[in-house]
Amino acid sequence: MSSYSAWDEKHAGEIIDGLKSVDGATLPILHALQDAFGHITERAIEMIADALNLSRADVHGVVSFYHDFRRELPGRYVLKLCRAEACQSMGADALAATAKSQLGVDWHGTSADGRVTLEPVFCLGLCSCAPAAMIDGKLVGRLDDTALAAAIKQARA
Amino acid sequence: MSIRICIPLDSAAVALGADDVAAALAREAAKRKVAVSIVRTGSHGMHWLEPLIEVGGVGFGPVTAADVPSLFDAAFKNHPLNIGRIADHPFMKAQTRLTFARCGNVDPTSFHEYQAAGGLNGIGAAIMVGPAQTRDTVLTSGLRGRGGAGFPTGIKWKTVAEAKGDTKYIVCNADEGDSGTYADRMLLEGDPFVLIEGMIIAGLAVGAAKGYVYIRSEYPDAIRTFSKAVAVAESSGLLGAAAGFEIDVRAGAGAYVCGEETSMLESLEGKRGQVRAKPPLPAHKGLFGRPTVINNLVSLATVPAILADGAEAYAALGMGRSRGTMPIQLAGNVKQGGLFETAFGLTLGEIVDEIGGGTASGRPVRAVQVGGPLGAYFPRSLFDTAFDYEAFAALDGLVGHGGVVVFDDTVDMARQARFALEFCALESCGKCTPCRIGSIRGAETMDKIIRGERVAANLALITDLCQTLKFGSLCALGGLTPYPVMSALKYFPEDFDRPRLVAAAD
Ligand SMILES: Cc1cc2nc3c(=O)[nH]c(=O)nc-3n(C[C@H](O)[C@H](O)[C@H](O)COP(=O)(O)O)c2cc1C
Ligand code: SF4
Ligand code: FES
Repeated sequence: MSSYSAWDEKHAGEIIDGLKSVDGATLPILHALQDAFGHITERAIEMIADALNLSRADVHGVVSFYHDFRRELPGRYVLKLCRAEACQSMGADALAATAKSQLGVDWHGTSADGRVTLEPVFCLGLCSCAPAAMIDGKLVGRLDDTALAAAIKQARA
Repeated sequence: MSIRICIPLDSAAVALGADDVAAALAREAAKRKVAVSIVRTGSHGMHWLEPLIEVGGVGFGPVTAADVPSLFDAAFKNHPLNIGRIADHPFMKAQTRLTFARCGNVDPTSFHEYQAAGGLNGIGAAIMVGPAQTRDTVLTSGLRGRGGAGFPTGIKWKTVAEAKGDTKYIVCNADEGDSGTYADRMLLEGDPFVLIEGMIIAGLAVGAAKGYVYIRSEYPDAIRTFSKAVAVAESSGLLGAAAGFEIDVRAGAGAYVCGEETSMLESLEGKRGQVRAKPPLPAHKGLFGRPTVINNLVSLATVPAILADGAEAYAALGMGRSRGTMPIQLAGNVKQGGLFETAFGLTLGEIVDEIGGGTASGRPVRAVQVGGPLGAYFPRSLFDTAFDYEAFAALDGLVGHGGVVVFDDTVDMARQARFALEFCALESCGKCTPCRIGSIRGAETMDKIIRGERVAANLALITDLCQTLKFGSLCALGGLTPYPVMSALKYFPEDFDRPRLVAAAD
């Protein structure tokens, strides 16, 4: 289960200060902020822009370019299902359809109870034991309907 | 005496329960008061047998936590899961392991084990012969980039060595975005020092003192293990300012296009990963405007073996202009999925049917995609194609990073073609119109074809679009998306003319 801190400007400032002098600091800072707070807030974008002497639009541009960075807090659990070819060959599309209908969401959606966010991922490097998933940070290979249903049930319990 | 039990920490093994097995082994040993030392190693690459544990050279797999008591009862000898000596397994014996020589056999972050298993011999040789001859050795070995384009590594290094500038960089491309590939991941997790050694040699050869390793964020375990290895190498004096070479580890952020070298440089500089026009080449003006070697992880990790054993030994392997070995990664619907390092030249049929053992589902193999999402789909009728850069290029396909994804006869090739276009749309960096917009139109057009609407006219549209993508794209994301699309259409036309229901979920 993901446990993110509530937004804390002082802590965010410390994270940014600790990383701003590395070369090409934008991505390392964004990763660190998202690890701490679960998403990238508008205020974080302002603070990064100030610290790195960039415009806010520049930082927005970076945040929006990369699939990893979220602008909204995810559900308590994040379910990442691999959608890439090797996993397709082992039934990933059907698993995704099951997950969507059980959660009542499309990709990137969070179930109405706020428990589970469903995200696509394009390859986890587990292509020899497909279909693959990352269920709240934990890697799972040879995922099947039973294991998927169990994971969803546990997440929503 | 305590029993040494090796169990992989490789992500594939972990995804199949290796951590649970390790915990169960420790628990059972404590209960039985048996002294054991549990060592977490990389994977040998026989992923269908994972979690595969090893005791005294003998393998047991696939092991679940429930098997652990019976393994102790059998004293790790006669047991149904015993596969014999791992080194003697037909899958291992048939390989030529150079780049992956240590992977699976050592504790990845033990510097001592690395050295004991032949590590650092490459650096020793490079220091002895000096930069110019090191570059020459890499050139005459015939090593070509393992990231996809197959450009001779020695030529790239020479260009950077001759470029003017006090500051030069080595960038390791560990973005490994291609579906069906995991060789980079296995080395980061299973033998990280070999990459460090390769990067130091590259630094010596071209005059660079700093390296970056860009690892995709989808590989958190690899990032962790590699970062730990960097710290170990720093504390043992191999890396660091005093040693003359430093390595920074950076995480990607989920963009496939950042595997493209200039996009990666932008990303490392903290920007959107938009592809740069070439020239200037990264070798002349790369990271932060400095001359930069950017190589795939496998290319760099192969250099130590080439230096240690000599260019001739490496060049003696392979066929045509594809010299040396390639880690072939068997993936998807395949019975024996895993990594198989071998000299170039096996046929696709040998790889899929003999080494891979056919499909996991037991159904007939219908299509094989080689070289990732931009690679062509091959039918059985092309199974005599040799694994060789030129042979694949001649068929409008690519060897790429060595991924081989197998599909059985339930595959719908029209859907695969649609996916290739959708993927291009999702991952486009946005710079070229055909790639950014054309791919979206292409996916919509494929939907019409799948629904059986004006099939002939829409197929003509797809063919046109592929021409536009091929010639109007700045990089290979747009430029090669036609490979999977057109190969699906060419070799599996029957799948494109069959009205069907579109899954409502799309
Ligand atoms: C869209 C796209 C994605 C790529 N992804 C990767 C990748 O994940 N890893 C990689 O090594 N090369 C990738 N490449 C190839 C790189 O641009 C580059 O050729 C390679 O890193 C050079 O190293 P090499 O000569 O050692 O292969 C990609 C290219 C394109 C166009
Ligand atoms: S082909 Fe696509 S990914 Fe490549 S530069 Fe053009 S828009 Fe970017
Ligand atoms: S394609 Fe799903 S893990 Fe690689």
